Amino acid sequence: MKFKAMTAIAALLVAPIAFAGGADDDKLVLNGEIEMVTKAAAPAHMENVDEIISGWHFRADETQALQMDDFENQGMIFVDQGIETWNAVDGSEGKSCASCHEDAADSMKGVAASYPKWNEEAGELRTMQMQMNDCRTNRMGADAWKYDAGVAINVEAMITSHSRGMPVNVAIDGPVQAAWEQGKELYYTRTGQLELSCASCHEENYGNYIRADHLSQGQINGFPTYRLKNAKLNGVHSRFKGCVRDTRAETYSPGSGEFIALELYVKSRANGLSVEGPSVRN
Amino acid sequence: MRLTAITAALALMAGAANADSTVAPTSVSFDEYGAVEASLTGAPGDAANGKKIMTIRGKGNCIACHEVSALKDSPFHGEVGPMLDGIGEVRTAAELRGIVVNAKMTFPESVMPGFYKTTGFIRPGNGYTGKAAKEEDLTPILTAQEVEDVVAYLLTLTDS
Ligand code: HEC
Ligand code: HEC
Repeated sequence: MKFKAMTAIAALLVAPIAFAGGADDDKLVLNGEIEMVTKAAAPAHMENVDEIISGWHFRADETQALQMDDFENQGMIFVDQGIETWNAVDGSEGKSCASCHEDAADSMKGVAASYPKWNEEAGELRTMQMQMNDCRTNRMGADAWKYDAGVAINVEAMITSHSRGMPVNVAIDGPVQAAWEQGKELYYTRTGQLELSCASCHEENYGNYIRADHLSQGQINGFPTYRLKNAKLNGVHSRFKGCVRDTRAETYSPGSGEFIALELYVKSRANGLSVEGPSVRN
Repeated sequence: MRLTAITAALALMAGAANADSTVAPTSVSFDEYGAVEASLTGAPGDAANGKKIMTIRGKGNCIACHEVSALKDSPFHGEVGPMLDGIGEVRTAAELRGIVVNAKMTFPESVMPGFYKTTGFIRPGNGYTGKAAKEEDLTPILTAQEVEDVVAYLLTLTDS
C-alpha cells in the first residue's frame, strides 16, 4: 500500500518535468517552401501514444535550423554523391540505376513513404536497401551492397529526398501483417542487462532527458539522418543496433529479419508524419 | 610484535568472514514490498564511494535518470526517474537496498535496471559491446559492497 502511494506521488512529481522538457512548438518549413507535418494524430494501430512527433522537435534550435535549408543540411552532400552513384554504370550488364529509372526526381517520388513493403514476385517484405540490391544483382549484374554501407545509404537518402513533405504511409496488413506483429513484439521486449525496450525510452519517456540526451519518440521518418556526432548519414538498422547495444544486450545485425520487421513496425508508427530524410540530428 | 600479529590475524578473519557472508545476486531475499533487510556484505557502506558510483557511467550512472542536487558538480541529470533529494528521510536502508538491487521488486514495471542481478535477461550482452554474453558469465552491474556504498550515500540525502 505504502509503496503504491509513493509511486503515485513520484509519478505526479515527474509529470510536470516531462512536459517542461518535451517537444517544442516550432514549425518545420523546408527551404521556405515545403511545410512539413511534424506532429499528427497517432495512427489507429498505436495503443499508448495519442500524438506522433518528429524527432526534429526534440533537437536544439541550431540543429533544427540546419535541416530547414538544403544549403545548410550536410546530409545533402551525401545526396549529391548518391546522384553520382545513381548515374554510374556498374556490373556485367553495362547499366546504371538511371538506365532503367531515368530521373529519380520523377521516378522515385513517393517511394520512401511506402517502404518497407511487400514484394509480390519475391514473396518477401523488402526495405528500400533490399530493393536496391535486387536491382543491382538481378538487373545490373553488380554486387549487392553491404547493409547500411555508406554507398547504399547515400542512394537511399537521395531517393528519400524526393518524397520529402509526403506523408509516411506503410501498409501493415495482408502479407506483411506477420512481420509487423514480430516488429511490434521486438519493440516491446525488454532486452539486455538493463532490461529496457524501445518503449521504455521512446514511448514512456519521450520528452525526458536521459543524462544529456533529450529522448524523442524514436521515429524514423527522418532517415537516413545526418548526425553531427559522426558527420555522416546513418541508416535505420545501424541506429536500432546502437539503441539495443545501449541496453547491454546482444544486438541484431543490420539487414536481419528482426530489424526488417522492426523497421516496418517503427515506420508504421510514423504513418501521417512527413518524410524528412535526410534529416539532421545530433 | 605480538599485537600486530594478532591484528593482522583478525583482519584476515574479518576478510574471510566478509567473503563468506556476501549474499550472491541469486540469493538476495526480498520482503513482500521489495525491501532487503540484511546488508549484502555485513560491512558498513562507504557513502563517499557511493557518491562516486552515482555519477560514473559504467557503474550506477544513477544521474542518467535521477536529479540529485548534491551531485550538481557532475553535469547532465536525467528526468526519467524521480528526483532523489531527501530520499534518505523518506526511505529506510532496507527499502533503498531493495530498490538498488532490483527495483522491479518494489515497482513492478519500472524502467529502473536491477543493479545486483545476474539472471533472467533476454539477449544479455557483454557490457556495451553488442556481443552476446553467456548468462553464467554475467556479473552484476554493481558489486555487493558497491550496493551498500550507494545505499549509505542515499541515506545522507536528507534535505529536500
Ligand atoms: C536506453 C534508452 C534507449 C532505448 C532502450 C532505445 N533508445 Fe532509441 N534513442 C535513445 C536516445 C538517447 C536517442 C537520441 C535522442 C533521440 O532522438 O531520442 C535515440 C534515438 C533513436 C532514433 C533516432 C530518432 C531520430 O529522430 O533520429 C531511433 C529511430 C530510435 N532511437 C529507435 C529505437 C528503437 C527502435 C529502439 C528499440 C530497439 C530504441 N530506440 C531503444 C535511447 C534509447
Ligand atoms: C533507466 C533509468 C533509471 C536508472 C539508471 C536509475 N533509476 Fe532509480 N528510478 C527510476 C524510476 C523510473 C523510478 C521510479 C519508480 C517507478 O518506476 O515507478 C526510480 C526510483 C528510484 C528510487 C525510489 C524513489 C522514491 O521516490 O521512492 C530510488 C531510491 C532510486 N531510484 C535510486 C536509484 C539509484 C541509486 C540508481 C543508480 C544506482 C538509480 N536509481 C538508477 C529510473 C532509474
